[in-house]
Amino acid sequence: MAETPRLAKEPRSDEISRRSDRRLAILRNLRRDPGTVLGFVIVFGTIIVALLAPWLPIQDPTDLDLGNRLLSPSQEFPLGTDHLGRDELSRIIFGARVTLLMSGASVAIIMLIASIFGSLAGYYGGWIDSGLMMVVDLLLAFPALILGVAVAGILGPSLVNLMIAVSVVWWASHARVIRGMVLSAREREYVVAARAIGASDRRIVVFHISRNIIGPFVVLASLDIGWIILGIAGLSFLGLGAQPPTPEWGAMLNDSRSYMQTAPLLLLAPGSAIFSLVLGFNLLGDGVRDLLDPTTYH
Amino acid sequence: MTLPLLLVGISIISFMLLNFAPGDAAEITLMRQNGGVAPSQEAIQALRQDLGLNDALPIRYGRWVSNAVRGDLGESYRTGGSIAAELFHRLPATLLLAATALALAVAVGIPLGVMAAVKRGTWLDTGCRLMALVGAAVPSYVMAPALMLLFAVKLDWLPAIGYGSPQNLILPAIALSFGTMSQLMRLTRASLLEVLEQDYMRTARAKGMTENIVVWRHGLKNSLLPVVTVLGTSMGYLLGGAVIVETIFGWPGIGQFVVTGIFQRDYPVVQGFVLYVAVIFLFVNLAVDVSYRWLDPRLHFDRQSS
Repeated sequence: MAETPRLAKEPRSDEISRRSDRRLAILRNLRRDPGTVLGFVIVFGTIIVALLAPWLPIQDPTDLDLGNRLLSPSQEFPLGTDHLGRDELSRIIFGARVTLLMSGASVAIIMLIASIFGSLAGYYGGWIDSGLMMVVDLLLAFPALILGVAVAGILGPSLVNLMIAVSVVWWASHARVIRGMVLSAREREYVVAARAIGASDRRIVVFHISRNIIGPFVVLASLDIGWIILGIAGLSFLGLGAQPPTPEWGAMLNDSRSYMQTAPLLLLAPGSAIFSLVLGFNLLGDGVRDLLDPTTYH
Repeated sequence: MTLPLLLVGISIISFMLLNFAPGDAAEITLMRQNGGVAPSQEAIQALRQDLGLNDALPIRYGRWVSNAVRGDLGESYRTGGSIAAELFHRLPATLLLAATALALAVAVGIPLGVMAAVKRGTWLDTGCRLMALVGAAVPSYVMAPALMLLFAVKLDWLPAIGYGSPQNLILPAIALSFGTMSQLMRLTRASLLEVLEQDYMRTARAKGMTENIVVWRHGLKNSLLPVVTVLGTSMGYLLGGAVIVETIFGWPGIGQFVVTGIFQRDYPVVQGFVLYVAVIFLFVNLAVDVSYRWLDPRLHFDRQSS
């Protein structure tokens, strides 16, 4: 659509200098903020290792070798082997793929549902708003993990059902936040202006409002990934997620409990993996919040 | 939303859960009674008629809810026993665990938060901020096996699993409360830092009160509001976490009951459990709402005007 005059797309000179100022300020702040840097290193390090996993010189994470059960760390098995003789390091690395994929997909689904419900409620108001918010209030009346356990348990244990359970439980609180953002954006001049030139409701929400609330939206999503990872691993720990032989950190943690006396490393390895990835995402999320929401450090 | 409306909504969602469950209640019941032999189609149909499973959804919901209100949550597919009775029998164990964890989180988290705020910028403050970061990233199911490994297996100070003596409560309660503890600490610190800037704090000091009374009486009481706000959510989080912690420590509460139920495909147990916990959670949040007014009498007027 060519509604927007071309001239408006060219940034004015004062805008350019403001942008580069902001970029410099971000870099300066990063240097004073080792937490964010650490979070960035952990998260992107994990992503890279997970992406490269099939080409790394490690064994297949599902290769059984009952002759080599519960081995201590060695040259061949840097983290030892588990109760079925599988390479623990390889399972941790391939487990990162499962965790990242599952949590990434869940966050995407959650934010999609939340933005549809939130923007419908916030933009239209009236009975649509009351009705949708009633659904949200109802879902929030259940403790999240309880409803998650119940939904995953009733649908039956599998990764897909786990993702459904996490999404069903988690979208509600975000829908309310997004509703609030859309509600306040609705009254702004740019929305009035867009309406005046004849833009449709859908275009206003999808094109104009969404661009203006993208900052807090990203903050919301990035602060959430840590919680999602913990939820997914927790349900998997109970046996409601990944099924054998899929390497998944929560499930590995559960498997290792019977062998904690002889092979404590099997417990510590997935435990530290969950801890460090969640810590990384939390630190990164805090950093993203500080960058996109400048009010927090003034 | 008003309380009655929420109760109705909660019951509808809990009722619908069982509708999504695979398998047919009549068939599963007959299988149990016949000792695992597949029942005939006629027998299934007859029982479906008897149980009213062929009725329309609203009718079944009405029947289920009127039973639930009278304390009947149906029978377990596996044992045929009353689900409500089993939940009631196991509830004290879960409440003991969750309440101990909450008390521990409050008793350690809030004083630590106060000290971190008062000694802002010192090593104590840094330590508390580190603890907040760690606490948000170490879930109970990582904490619990780690505690078990250290204190039960290596040091042999405390029993690893079991129920009944106070020693049995220590490890599960710590594992469950750690996340909430560090969250309460972080909130108290942030909230008190804001309160310490207020004029009435200067007034209190100007009156010649000791620093301790200024901080702990005037400061803490005014900074508790956001902390109390999350207590309701925390209780929900602890009840959820109890499901996992009970499974790990062999704690005979309702969480262990539901996890066993899930793996035996005993869906009415799951349904009854969800309804039970949601109603408890509702009343916890109600209590939190009421305690606001005690903490901040100004809220009376705010509520009425809105």
